[in-house]
Amino acid sequence: MAVVELQKLVKDYAGFRAIHGVDLRIDDGEFCVFVGPSGCGKSTLLRMIAGLEEISDGELRIDGRRVNEERAAERGLAMVFQSYALYPHMTVRENLAFGLENIKTPKDEIRRRVDEAARMLQIGDYMERRPKQLSGGQRQRVAIGRAVVREPKVFLFDEPLSNLDAELRVVMRGEISQLHRRLGNTMIYVTHDQVEAMTMADKIVVLKLGTIQQVGSPLDLYNRPANQFVAGFIGSPRMNFFEATVAEQARGGIVATDEGGRRVEAAVSPERVEPGAPVTLGVRPEHLEIGSERGHPVTVETIEQLGGESYLYCRDSNGRPITVHKSGQTRIRAGEEAKVFLPAEAIHVFREDGSALERLRIGEEA
Amino acid sequence: MVWSFISRTRGRGRFDVTDWLTWGYLILGIVLMFGPVLWVAMSSFKTDAALSEYPPSFLPFAPKTVMVEGYDDPLPLYEITAGEHRGEVLAQIRRIGLNAQMVDPQNPAEKINVKIGDRAPAREFAMAFENYSKLFERFNFMRYFWNSVFITVVATIITVIFNSMAAFALAKYRFRGRTTVFLLIIATLMIPPTINLVPIYLVVNELGLVNTPWGVIWPAVATPTGVFLLRQYMLTIPDDLLDAARMDHASEWRVYWRIVLPLAAPAIAVLIIFSVMWRWNEFLWPLIVLTRSEEFTLQLALNAFQGDLQTSWSGLLAMTVLTLLPITIVFALLQKNITAGIAQSGVK
Repeated sequence: MAVVELQKLVKDYAGFRAIHGVDLRIDDGEFCVFVGPSGCGKSTLLRMIAGLEEISDGELRIDGRRVNEERAAERGLAMVFQSYALYPHMTVRENLAFGLENIKTPKDEIRRRVDEAARMLQIGDYMERRPKQLSGGQRQRVAIGRAVVREPKVFLFDEPLSNLDAELRVVMRGEISQLHRRLGNTMIYVTHDQVEAMTMADKIVVLKLGTIQQVGSPLDLYNRPANQFVAGFIGSPRMNFFEATVAEQARGGIVATDEGGRRVEAAVSPERVEPGAPVTLGVRPEHLEIGSERGHPVTVETIEQLGGESYLYCRDSNGRPITVHKSGQTRIRAGEEAKVFLPAEAIHVFREDGSALERLRIGEEA
Repeated sequence: MVWSFISRTRGRGRFDVTDWLTWGYLILGIVLMFGPVLWVAMSSFKTDAALSEYPPSFLPFAPKTVMVEGYDDPLPLYEITAGEHRGEVLAQIRRIGLNAQMVDPQNPAEKINVKIGDRAPAREFAMAFENYSKLFERFNFMRYFWNSVFITVVATIITVIFNSMAAFALAKYRFRGRTTVFLLIIATLMIPPTINLVPIYLVVNELGLVNTPWGVIWPAVATPTGVFLLRQYMLTIPDDLLDAARMDHASEWRVYWRIVLPLAAPAIAVLIIFSVMWRWNEFLWPLIVLTRSEEFTLQLALNAFQGDLQTSWSGLLAMTVLTLLPITIVFALLQKNITAGIAQSGVK
């Protein structure tokens, strides 16, 4: 049970700064996910919290206590590595027990905790095997079990599912969430997969080039991305972007003209833009309406019919790709011309510097 | 299975030129490498008399002897190859000039004269085990053996620990001057050992280690080859494992002892076999440091067999075989690890 606070955390490698003063508070029992493209510093940040990477500047507090100088193990954290990092020369049981042996836990206590973790993670059947003899999913469970037996204050996960196949990943995702519900510990989870972030997190931290872009709940980030980067990163398939110019500030939003000169209404706060300012409009594939009489003319290039839902990959007259997600099936065929309409309440508007204008009406919440 | 593997041929079902060449080459290799060893092993069972025989025989033969009534010592048996008694087997009582006075063991009363050219010694296959027992009885073999074992084992243990600690630091820690240190260690490979003899002797002498096993052990424990071999292997151990151990409350010593050392086992096996071979076969350095015969290693004792005036070949050969044995056993036990280790550490 622990609160983790990052205050102006900085990491300098020789010649370049990997983490630029990160401020963050992770509450007790929270499942916090660090997400971002590769090289954004999310793993570095996690390793700094773990104590495996030195903190160049700033302060790291766990339960209010400064732990910058403490060794990894003393911080009371446990980590699950991307490569699992199971000790290849030890059996599963020895792997689980190793950490407890190091702190001279009594034998029967070790046995009790190891057996309990084994039962919880259903790895009891192969306690005497070595990691080499286990499948990917089983290794993953053992790696989690090794963290569980330590009864840490905070669990750290470094892309734990990236070596598993898609199906197993979904299963393990569920199991980790379940583990979190059962244990109630604070957990910090690093991933580059925004689906993992959306499905598991209480709080998502989006990172880019060593700075925090936005912190919030999954739906916060989905509904109110703070900037164009977050908008593009969260949500699958990606949000569609259109270049436009602000035409006028109207009641309940702004009116912009797109590249084709068409007027587009957007229900966003008009306060931070002037008419004539270039903006980027963003609409998620699932909010675009295709097949209506009004809107952007596009050419449908490819269609993926999944039965329950359909994806239409289109291109507008400027050659810009536009993805439309439609629930159910569609009669539109590849190669056809169609029009996509941008509903005012679904439009995100980003200023030239990438920051988003506040949305006034959000469809999902209505 | 094994046979079908061994008898595989390149030509389908029959020998073609490649097969002949391959087999010929391999057999030649076996003869060249094992011939001398086998010859030494066989000769070590020959008596001194059989050793000086010409032409030499491969198998150890000894003259047959028989106890004949009326004679105190056993008499050597001869086959008569020509003359009146041709085909009979007689015992020789003594030789007188070109004749031999012989006796039929069945009929001891009658003495027979035979030309020495008409008889050939009757020989039988006999192993002269006394060559070996002599080593233990008259010669302080166990003493030298113990000295050698002590030096080899202790030096190898220290070598493995020292080298693996150095290799661990060089492979897994980032510190200023890491490359420099590593290069310096490797650079010492360029210095011929003979150049070091005198300075090392001076140091050993100053420390009062002359004529002690430690004088042989200490100068040799830090081997650049060992450090290099282990470092290269340890580079392949993922850092995540060490980090995981650190998260598991392991001290740096425990990381080294419980994680790095067991995982470097294949490379360590290679180093062990190298070290055992080096130390066991080492001759020049012990010859300099050890002058009292109680401290001699086997190699020095072997040298001592070769006297100024005469050499006890039977003892020398028997001891050579005994000296070869331990190293052969170590190699046989570890050879799987060695080949694997050499392949994996990329060092040949």
